[in-house]
Amino acid sequence: MAAGVSQRRLALDVSRLPDVTFAIRSVTWWGTIGMMAIEGGVFALAVASYFYLHSRTDRWPPTGHPPDLLWGSLNTAVFLLSLIPTEWYRRRAHKGDLRAVRLGLIIASLTGVVNLTIRYFEMKHLNCNWSGDAYGSIVWLLIGLHITHLLTDWVETLVLTVLFFSPHVEGKRFVDAEENASYWYFVVLTWIPIYLVLYWAPRWLVG
Amino acid sequence: MSEQRAELIEIDVSAEREVALAAELEEIWQEPPGFLGWFKAVHHTTIGKRYIVTAFCFFLAAGLLAGAMRLQLAFPELHLMGPDLYNQIFTMHGTVMMFLFAVPMMFEALSVYLVPLMVGTRNIAFPRLNAFSYYLFLFGGLMVFAFFFVNSGPDRGWFSYVPLASLRYAPGKRADAWAQLITFTEVSALSVAVEIVVTVFKLRAPGMSLNRIPIFVWGQVVTAFMVIFAMPGVVVSSTMLLLDRTCSTQFFNPANGGDVLLFQHLFWWFGHPEVYIIFIPGTAIVSTIVAAFARRHVFGYLALVLSLIATGFIAFGLWVHHMFATGIPQMSESFFTAASMMIAIPAGTQIFCWLATICTGKVILKTPMWWVLGFFFVFVIGGMTGIYVASVPVDLQVHDTYFVVAHFHYVLIGGAVFPLFGAFAYWFPKITGRMLSERLGFWSFSLFLIGFNITFFPMHLVGLRGMPRRVYTYPLNAGWRLLNQVESAGYILLFAGVLLFLINVVRSLRHGQIAGPNPWDAGGLEWAAASPPRSYNFLHIPTVNGREPLWDARPDQPVVIGLHTDVREVVTTRIMDAEPEGRDEMPGPTIWPFIAAVVTTAMFVGSIFRPLAIGIGSVPLAIALIGWFWPTREESSRRRRRDIWQQE
Amino acid sequence: MLCRSARLSMALLAFPKNQTPLDPAGPQARHIEHTFLLIFWITSIVYAIVIAVLAIGVLRARSREAGIPAPFTPDPAVEKKAARIVGGALIATVILITIMMVSSFVTSHRTAALADQPALRIDVYGHQWWWEVVYPNGAAPSRVIHTANEIHVPANTVIDIHGTSRDVIHSFWAPNIHGKKDLLPGYENDLTFKVDSPGVWRGQCAEYCGMQHAQMAFDIVAQSPDEFEAWYRQQLKPAADPSSPEAERGRTVFLSQACSLCHTIRGTIAGGTAAPDLTHLASRSTIAAGALKNNVANLTAWVLDAQKIKPGCRMPPNLMNSTDLNDLIAYLETLQ
Repeated sequence: MAAGVSQRRLALDVSRLPDVTFAIRSVTWWGTIGMMAIEGGVFALAVASYFYLHSRTDRWPPTGHPPDLLWGSLNTAVFLLSLIPTEWYRRRAHKGDLRAVRLGLIIASLTGVVNLTIRYFEMKHLNCNWSGDAYGSIVWLLIGLHITHLLTDWVETLVLTVLFFSPHVEGKRFVDAEENASYWYFVVLTWIPIYLVLYWAPRWLVG
Repeated sequence: MSEQRAELIEIDVSAEREVALAAELEEIWQEPPGFLGWFKAVHHTTIGKRYIVTAFCFFLAAGLLAGAMRLQLAFPELHLMGPDLYNQIFTMHGTVMMFLFAVPMMFEALSVYLVPLMVGTRNIAFPRLNAFSYYLFLFGGLMVFAFFFVNSGPDRGWFSYVPLASLRYAPGKRADAWAQLITFTEVSALSVAVEIVVTVFKLRAPGMSLNRIPIFVWGQVVTAFMVIFAMPGVVVSSTMLLLDRTCSTQFFNPANGGDVLLFQHLFWWFGHPEVYIIFIPGTAIVSTIVAAFARRHVFGYLALVLSLIATGFIAFGLWVHHMFATGIPQMSESFFTAASMMIAIPAGTQIFCWLATICTGKVILKTPMWWVLGFFFVFVIGGMTGIYVASVPVDLQVHDTYFVVAHFHYVLIGGAVFPLFGAFAYWFPKITGRMLSERLGFWSFSLFLIGFNITFFPMHLVGLRGMPRRVYTYPLNAGWRLLNQVESAGYILLFAGVLLFLINVVRSLRHGQIAGPNPWDAGGLEWAAASPPRSYNFLHIPTVNGREPLWDARPDQPVVIGLHTDVREVVTTRIMDAEPEGRDEMPGPTIWPFIAAVVTTAMFVGSIFRPLAIGIGSVPLAIALIGWFWPTREESSRRRRRDIWQQE
Repeated sequence: MLCRSARLSMALLAFPKNQTPLDPAGPQARHIEHTFLLIFWITSIVYAIVIAVLAIGVLRARSREAGIPAPFTPDPAVEKKAARIVGGALIATVILITIMMVSSFVTSHRTAALADQPALRIDVYGHQWWWEVVYPNGAAPSRVIHTANEIHVPANTVIDIHGTSRDVIHSFWAPNIHGKKDLLPGYENDLTFKVDSPGVWRGQCAEYCGMQHAQMAFDIVAQSPDEFEAWYRQQLKPAADPSSPEAERGRTVFLSQACSLCHTIRGTIAGGTAAPDLTHLASRSTIAAGALKNNVANLTAWVLDAQKIKPGCRMPPNLMNSTDLNDLIAYLETLQ
């Protein structure tokens, strides 16, 4: 191409494509899904280890006392209920509804506090010690894995809440809010099998 | 509002405008300057090069450790080193080769550098995570060598079985150093796996539909998925091991309901797919080089892709074949034998497709192709001996002998290192802008091939003569001396081959012939970028019209325009058909990933000594992560001004 | 065919024959060798074909143009033919894989065939780094014998090695006789086999078990039923009282030093179980789990400083004057 001479060529103009995209159209959403796949794999293998260790033991739990049902069940109920405001602000985030997302994030932060508080009592009523036997170790590993997720998502929610009251509100923040809600789904949905394993498996496996 | 679609239009292009565009892109995409800039870099070519160089250094270090072993074993009852040192050395050799060379090189390094170029985008997805993953990999490696140099190197084997690695039989910090190294490398590999999957799912150039993705990229995606599903096995097992050792949990203590085989199941759930994680990228390289050097599209594209995917699936049905001797029920033995042998079908498919490509092509014999021919010669032997270890009864005889050592070196060096050197020869001009010397390349290949076979072929024989693995010495009258001496002699040639390669690299960096963008006249998109690629990779993001985009391009093949040039913006496309569907602004350089990696390192290393370090370290880590993700005011207001929201 | 190929591969490998799967001394190892050889021949021939095709392909398809020829689209007819050949090769692969798989299943089945038959049970316990061997013999205490690192078996009799570990994972492997079997803490594994005829075969730990994994060997000594019975009766006896004054003094040394904390000598008060039973030490052909021939010089060196011979092993160095040492060795030599 000589200087000053211009040529015609075909081009694909993408300037009108959106840059605020949600769910499968969003790059970060896929990243979150990838992280969930990894962490879900960890959970699945930990649960498999639980049953493997069970198959190698005569008495399960060795002390005969499974975790108390009250706190774990209460937390499960709170987790499930929390999905309602979560779904609400997730949908509103798609619309860019600032007030709704702010409110949703505040509710999510507060639910997190409730979950963590109940989790504290849950852990006091597991009726086993991680260093007593392999049963205790795997029970604490499962609850420990889940509390790590609960904590990180709660901190993330707090940070996002702050961001939503800062001058940084723009399209990408709503994408973040949408993904934060998706991640909360993951935290809740992984809790259900863990709840069943920790609280009900020892009771069912006795029979 | 206008419709949110990409439109095909005609534009005027002129040299002046191209130059101006290049300057704008350079301005926004270039890595930050200065000493601090080094720690802020986030471009995939920068991080990819660091990965390549670092992993190669670990390869050399582990290779030198192998030399120490070959020296010790050259004579029976030699006490050049005692069992304590030898056991550390063989453990380090295996651990470093597997976790710090093979996986980081074949998967992380190659895919970080090449995949974004091959799919025609400007950076990898999540570039800051990518930088973070590199620093963790580097620090993990430095940590384990630091432990080794103060005589606390891991000494329980690269698999670190319990109870041998339990606190009771392994006091001190050696086993912890191993377990924590695993944590470092798994975080780094998992991060890259997610980046690669997302890069390939969302950032492919328009037109690169699923059935046009280059086989190399397919290979890396399959590998990324395997990393995602396999690594949790070693995450769980090494975490349990650390907890047993530092927090007195009882996972592996049979006296308290624990079980020693649980560790093996979890470890091999990861450990077997690991082998495929290492050589699937190798086979993907072979597919690429064979096509370029037979001057035709690879034969059986679909069969090759399906083979890669099938290998990925079957790999998860094989883990028990490392445990045949543990006394598992015969039924499951049969299942795992069948699964192990079944892997020969996708492997065979690939071999036959390459043979067909070569036989019907116009073959040019240059260094990359020589390495591929060497790959055939060596890897197929490894595949064949794989059948012996898949057969339960035969495995019970050869398992944990030098026969198996020979087998997996034929598989891993054959399946990964030969293609890797081929890849170096092939992509060196792309990375550096200069050609490697053909003459030195041929000689280093020849030395390596001959040295490799002299070193490892006799191991089959000495294994069949009953020599077990992981022995620091052997008796005079065992009849193993001569073969061991041959092996040790072979090591010298092997080493010379690697040395010659290094000399070639150093010479060519300075004096190599200038390569130009596409010295092999190959068909991949990476060859459309400059050599070495500019910081923005492509002046215009290309569009794709075939499996070998440069060979198949129409004369009027369009390019992508309309991306903002004042931010790091790329086009996103749909997963199946790669139709453009959005634009994504990528984060730029920042120091935070480096800081986060330093904090994480302190946390991991500290937890070896005090488990509480995890709790304490999580606070600065959280701060570093907040800094990492916190937007600037300028970014936020700019985006608010011109955001285009997706229509429902 | 199999016998001929067996001899052929033996000739190729010519080597000491007492620790190899390719010189079977019993039916189990023989079955395995047959599958081994089947796989050997199939894979060798397939390999030769693959490499031949590659070599011919490269030679014939080599570009004669100067420089790099332009990429081309292959003739569809040629592609079709190639596809047929690839398909055929795949079918052949599946057939060959099936043959090898079936052979492997049959062999697994055959080698396990002895598991239900009445057998002489021998308990083997893996230790870091030696083998504890117990003949429970119906568990009547008076008929139990304890020994180490040397397993005597009657030839042509079904033997059941019932193994577990006292510490870490070990693997019991005498390749001339059978494949390996792991000895795992918390598990009990059985390995059943027959030995054809009298002879001595070496075995070795095959699972990395720590510092001295390299020197953890054992012998399987197959004897005629009469010889085995004689050996067994001898082993049942407690240690004889020493007849010479040196040996007498040696026994005192043994009992007054730390030795008896770990070792047992039946007939004395020495009852330690952490280390090999020495009641019939002198009847064994090696010491230190196969690391040394059992003779006066080696035994002396071993007692004096085992750490020089097997660094890291549990046997501590023993400081004693030369008289004590000579007497001690004299005593140990009487433990026939």
